[in-house]
Amino acid sequence: MNGFSNRKKRRGYREFLYIVPFLILVLVFSYYPLYGWIYSFFDYQPPLPFSWDSFVGLKWFKMLFKSKSYVKQTLEVLRNTFAMSGIALAFSWLPMFFAIFLNEIKNLRFRKFVQTVTTLPNFISWILVYSVAFLLMSNNGMFNSVAMNLGIIERPIDFLKSNEHIWFKMWLWLTWKNLGWAAIMYIAAIASIDGELFEAARVDGANRLKIIRHITIPSLLPTFFVLLLLNISNFLNNGMEQYFVFQNSWNREHIQVLDLYVYNLSTSKPPVYSVSTALSMLKSIVSLVLLFGANTFSKIVRKQSII
Amino acid sequence: MKRKDSIKKAYKVKNHSLSDRLLDIVNYTVFSLFAFVCVYPFYYIFINTISNNKISESGGVVWFPKGIHLQNYIDAFKIPGLGQAAFISISRTIIGTALTLIIAAFLGYMFTRETMFKRRFWYRFVVVTMYFNAGIIPWYLTMMNLGLTNNFLGYILPTLVSPFYIILTKTYIESTPKEIQEAAECDGAGILTVFYKIMLPICKPILATIAIFSAVGHWNSFQDTLLLMTQEKYYTLQFVLYRYLQSSQSLSAIINATAGSAEAMLANAQTQTSIRMTVTIIVALPIMMIYPFFQRFFVKGIMIGAVKG
Repeated sequence: MNGFSNRKKRRGYREFLYIVPFLILVLVFSYYPLYGWIYSFFDYQPPLPFSWDSFVGLKWFKMLFKSKSYVKQTLEVLRNTFAMSGIALAFSWLPMFFAIFLNEIKNLRFRKFVQTVTTLPNFISWILVYSVAFLLMSNNGMFNSVAMNLGIIERPIDFLKSNEHIWFKMWLWLTWKNLGWAAIMYIAAIASIDGELFEAARVDGANRLKIIRHITIPSLLPTFFVLLLLNISNFLNNGMEQYFVFQNSWNREHIQVLDLYVYNLSTSKPPVYSVSTALSMLKSIVSLVLLFGANTFSKIVRKQSII
Repeated sequence: MKRKDSIKKAYKVKNHSLSDRLLDIVNYTVFSLFAFVCVYPFYYIFINTISNNKISESGGVVWFPKGIHLQNYIDAFKIPGLGQAAFISISRTIIGTALTLIIAAFLGYMFTRETMFKRRFWYRFVVVTMYFNAGIIPWYLTMMNLGLTNNFLGYILPTLVSPFYIILTKTYIESTPKEIQEAAECDGAGILTVFYKIMLPICKPILATIAIFSAVGHWNSFQDTLLLMTQEKYYTLQFVLYRYLQSSQSLSAIINATAGSAEAMLANAQTQTSIRMTVTIIVALPIMMIYPFFQRFFVKGIMIGAVKG
């Protein structure tokens, strides 16, 4: 008995040894950087070496919320983040309706075609999206040359070098890139609805819109709910790539979201590493709280965890 | 299958009301338009790269290519740095994907072995890293301390262990019968033998999905070049394309300042545009080529991810 459990234990350790190298990788690339959060409590100004004597306590955190220039900047960045995440959240029902109406198309070949084509932009990098935007919308882009050839406008309008409706434009690009892909989850959910429900409704004389309203949408709501909670927990994480490629001196005031601001701070001259770290640390913590909050909410309401 | 038939039948019987027909018309129109908006930009750029640059300059190429030639693509190879960037992009995609794939399969397999010492704890230790992020500066400083700035390994090492892919392989292996693996172990096969001879072939479908995701991720990756690499020899295609777009922006700013007074400069800017279009197509092409064939793998991936993600 004893010998058997010993052998099992030894085997357990041996199996563990096999994964140790990979655990070290995780430790180094995912956990060790967290140690860098201490820079937000010190006055660290590379290329000067880091010194333990430069401890400043919560100076940077206070500065973010007290120093006049920083407060203005912080509020501006928060406004942009909230606005763009808010717009995305307000339209989070769009993929569901995309899926519902795509499902109403009976020509299978057309449906497959639409699905393939609309998910393609999701796999294109933001650089390429920007490149497309640039080649189409800039001064000598397609829109301007076509419109000038037709005599609609006299001078070219550079759509990218403008501050107008920038939040909405960013949302449009995001939707262009993501809508088809986001709908896939719903398309699969529709396919798993019990077909007899539809049939019963049809026998009762419901037309297609009524079936959508009374059967399809209610069956999709749980999926919608989960994705909505995940979106809420990602409220502060807009990512920086999209805004980084589209930013220029014309639109910076309205395009700088938290993630981009953290990056811009770290590359500003002189770089403010400590402030940037303090901000990204706050952001990470708030995001985690949001995520676990959303998860707890889901557990209470739906008795199901989302992470 | 049965369901589809019954729906078809029902549609045939009862699809004549006005509102239903109206729905069809609106539906086909809206989806056609959206599909057009998704495809046309790429089509437009492509036909302009193969059209006569003079006609393309004046905005004359909108629906069909005019004066077809391949000079733009031939010239693209002469752009300094582009070949090197393509080499870096291709290498990191192939090497990064291959290693990520093997590691995801191996760890996914190891985490299904119930006898492992503190298995649950270590699995969570890996998976939980999906949900937090130290931020750009701490990450950058870590990479710098490890000597991974201006180092090709900086592209490969950080993403080697990807929690999401490990979840996918583990879930997949758990859904397959255990008997084969147990039989092999009874015959005295070791961990690596079972992994190589049994697990890898079993996991093929899920590995295909992960390979596509990982390859697209590597090909599209931009932020790591931006943060880590300052030497041109480590630039990727995405980064080089970004730089071309930026340089053209300042150039067009100069042209705007001297509006119309310098014809020659304007012409230069237009050649810049044709180069830009050509590079855009070169960077986009690999994705465009593989995408239609691998779409089902992408879809499968998102579904498995949704179950467990």
